[in-house]
Amino acid sequence: MPQFLEHSGTSWKGQRLKHAQSPIDRIDPRVRVIVAFLFALVVVSSSRFSVLLAGLGTALLLAGLAHLNFKRTLRRVVAMDMFMIFLVIMLPFTTPGEALFTLAGIPASTEGMMHAFQIALKANAVVLCLLSLVGTMSATTLGHALARLHVPDKLVHLLLFTVRYLDVIGQEYKRMRRAMQARAFVLRSDRHTWCSIGYLVGMLLVRSLERSERIADAMKCRGYNGRFYLLDEMVLTRPDFVFIPLCTLVLGALTGLSFI
Amino acid sequence: MHIVDGALSGLVLASGAALAAGGVAYGLKKLDYDHLPQVGVLSAAFFVASYIHLPVGFSSVHLILNGLIGLALGWAAFPALLVALVLQAVFFGFGGFLVLGVNTFNIALPAVLMFYLCRHGITAASPKIAGIWGAVGGAGAVALTTFMVAGSLALSGEAFWLAAKATLIAHIPVMLVEGFVTAAAVLLIRKVKPEFLNISEDWQDA
Repeated sequence: MPQFLEHSGTSWKGQRLKHAQSPIDRIDPRVRVIVAFLFALVVVSSSRFSVLLAGLGTALLLAGLAHLNFKRTLRRVVAMDMFMIFLVIMLPFTTPGEALFTLAGIPASTEGMMHAFQIALKANAVVLCLLSLVGTMSATTLGHALARLHVPDKLVHLLLFTVRYLDVIGQEYKRMRRAMQARAFVLRSDRHTWCSIGYLVGMLLVRSLERSERIADAMKCRGYNGRFYLLDEMVLTRPDFVFIPLCTLVLGALTGLSFI
Repeated sequence: MHIVDGALSGLVLASGAALAAGGVAYGLKKLDYDHLPQVGVLSAAFFVASYIHLPVGFSSVHLILNGLIGLALGWAAFPALLVALVLQAVFFGFGGFLVLGVNTFNIALPAVLMFYLCRHGITAASPKIAGIWGAVGGAGAVALTTFMVAGSLALSGEAFWLAAKATLIAHIPVMLVEGFVTAAAVLLIRKVKPEFLNISEDWQDA
């Protein structure tokens, strides 16, 4: 796999990743999560090309509205497409039906082709919508929005913790890898590499565990009794009252289109 | 290992979501507030570790490590993995929204099963036996996950049978690598911080 297509979670920038201010930022995070969910529901449950194309159009529109970084978004969408291409590419050959063309003696059916295109359209539309509506808020905001939507307390706390320490642990990992590189360690496909990486992972876990003990102590010292207080009040404001009817209209139209 | 939105049938999506919700609820029930920081930080560590790409032949694989996650967290693997998958879907565009349930279940259930299967093995007195159990946990979890992914695809339509089989074959090298990596990690943790693997048992039974 080419280097640039590799997702690297070790460069998780989470809260520091800059994105251009956009009208989407002014919409209530709860509304954005719900709309993204409903959009996914409508698009995935439909099997009409008109709906899927309109859905992808809507998602592209949202991406434009959210001023998504073009290069970054393209990289992510392409990475996802590369991932599912193996799944999709076989469909025309395994679905029985009218032969469209033959490749190496195996007929490719029109039905299978259609199915493959449908999956590609759905996946891209949902991911674009998700990236533009939910991916543009900070992970902490997402946690708060989920809490306000009555997602269980502990799950939200877990999310907030994970997000907070992703960067710290990522730095720790990079430091250890640099130490290995300084000792001339090169990744190869042999047992030595796997064992060394295993030790690296084990050490990373041990250090993380010890860090978490210090964190827990520090939190208890400051009166942690098992809950975070979410101080921000989320209220619907004027942009929301424009956005909600608009979304209802679009989603309604998409749903209607799938029944015509 | 992620399935994207749009591929699976409604029934598979719904049952996956329901099963995952059950697992997450049980995991959260077992997880008390005192251990939240621990699970949160470990979950971050696994998130980072799961992006290590290793070369295998001409291609590369990335670690999943769900066997090790299960051994370290037990049932808390369910919420921890859900959180990781949400973050991946939302901020990296990896996976999808409606398939979150299926993906969580496919990765977390093998983790929990390996916890029950191997937790005694990895505390064995002989390092060799412990290492073998670690390898069984690492490779077994990936194997089970692969079977479940293939199963989800196969259940969604006969046209996916070939893709399901291809998934199984493509993941054999991943199982091998995960086995070695998990065994090494278990051996190291035993030596450096033996209470790690017991700590998690302590509060599992509480």
